[in-house]
Amino acid sequence: MITITNLSKTFNAGTPNEVCALDNVSCTIDKGSFVVLLGTNGSGKSTLLNAVAGNFFPDSGKILLDGSDITNLQEHKRAKYIGRVFQNPFSGTAPDMTIAENITLAVRRGRSRGLGWALPLSSVDEFKKRVKSLNMGLEERLDSPIGKLSGGQRQALTLLMATWLKPKLLLLDEHTAALDPKTANKVIQLTEEVVSKDNLTTMMVTHSMQQAVNMGDRILMLNNGKIVYDIKGEEKKRIKTHDLLALFDEIRKREQVDPTTAEMLISNYV
Amino acid sequence: MSLLVGAITIGLILALLALGIFISFKIFNFADITAEGSITLGASIAAALIVAGVDPVTATIIAMFGGFIAGALTGIIHTKFNINGLLSGILVMTALYSINLHIMGKSNLPLLSEDTIITQIESLNLMANKEMTILLSTLLIVSVFGIVLYLFLKTNLGTAMRATGNNPQMIRALGVNTNHMIILGLAIANALIALSGAILAQFQGFADVQMGIGMLVWGLASVIIGEAVIGDKSIGSLIVGAVLGSLIFRLLVAIALRWGMNPNDLKLITAIFVFIALVLPGLSKKFKKRGVTVK
Repeated sequence: MITITNLSKTFNAGTPNEVCALDNVSCTIDKGSFVVLLGTNGSGKSTLLNAVAGNFFPDSGKILLDGSDITNLQEHKRAKYIGRVFQNPFSGTAPDMTIAENITLAVRRGRSRGLGWALPLSSVDEFKKRVKSLNMGLEERLDSPIGKLSGGQRQALTLLMATWLKPKLLLLDEHTAALDPKTANKVIQLTEEVVSKDNLTTMMVTHSMQQAVNMGDRILMLNNGKIVYDIKGEEKKRIKTHDLLALFDEIRKREQVDPTTAEMLISNYV
Repeated sequence: MSLLVGAITIGLILALLALGIFISFKIFNFADITAEGSITLGASIAAALIVAGVDPVTATIIAMFGGFIAGALTGIIHTKFNINGLLSGILVMTALYSINLHIMGKSNLPLLSEDTIITQIESLNLMANKEMTILLSTLLIVSVFGIVLYLFLKTNLGTAMRATGNNPQMIRALGVNTNHMIILGLAIANALIALSGAILAQFQGFADVQMGIGMLVWGLASVIIGEAVIGDKSIGSLIVGAVLGSLIFRLLVAIALRWGMNPNDLKLITAIFVFIALVLPGLSKKFKKRGVTVK
């Protein structure tokens, strides 16, 4: 379970480029829940994900993971609990190292790394078995550099690596945005398999209404660093893409009126 | 013959330098100029201790440790204080110049009448030819360090270190403190470089405060030649390549000098050579691309 309380972050504070990326965000995500984060560019959805991942420390607020405070834990230290897949398919793997070597790095996520042999022969069978589950034929290419694979193959491997050890939380940052539609579907299908198999608590950022409708059990819609809609339960099950588009439209319309007139209009007519 | 043996021996001693440069240049993708200070540091620590009567093997090990600290310092300045890698190296290298002068007490420390690891190897009387004995002993030392480095880079720690240079974002997300990896990696690199300096000083019979100048480019040339000769980018090949590159480069230099090249031009030519070697792969790609569009 993850509890976020009054989380705020302002980038470039005190300069003309000041951006309030997160504005007092609070939410609780239950164990085993799959949350989709939606929002326009600059709405703060990726920032929220990165705050949880530890890319930066928030200005204020708290993040609790299973009751323990991780707000000020460095990125590499909270990696013990968190598996991540990035938007850029090249970000999640080390290109000059082989598939097997990349996996050994993931096998020790959050564990100590000493002078033990990184690639013991005994682990090859398990590597092959789990890589085979991707159905990409990569199990025969464990010794080739990962940089030679396509973006989709690398993203599928990153997903496998992120969940090799069951993470307490899986973070997916628009992980299909840079892939062609067919590969994206494949990676989405893998994501659903992996998440449901281990019942992983997941936060996924996406731009795709289709994914938001089809996946997960909750949608958090962000705008200007705030959560503006929280759609869950039966409502989430019923929601369709056009409903989401209507919500986006509503947000856009709200932004067109300035705050004071908005208040006046709301008090008069709502 | 003896000229050739001498050139090969120096090539092997400097192969340790090339192994150090291999770590900073090939694993962390930056040219660590600390090398120019730490090779002299290794030489001056070993020379000063030997003159003071310390056992030469102990002196050499302490020299290595000195290089380890110098490298760690560059790593700390680079990672903890967010200073550009090259600049961090320049700072440590500059500081080491004064430190080396303090260690030696003067700018040149001769070792001609001292007991060194070279004289110790000679006194073992393993073979009739003393020069060959020394050559083979250095080959043994370089092989041992090359193999240990190879094995290290295949451990969990070593793989994490390689990933740090290859994709820091990924390896942080997998729970590795990349700063620690860089600090440790540069420390190991400079320990090897200081070892190279310590053995070189004992081989040539003196330590000189100027001996580090141009050594980074020298090491880069070795690594680049080795990579070109072996033509494979796996870790083992790169390590063998660095050693081989150092040998080939030293031989080329010996031949050029024999042909009457002005020794003063040596560093100029080395620099031009490394420049061409760095530019060539990019240029050939460009030409290939153009060729395709013309077709």
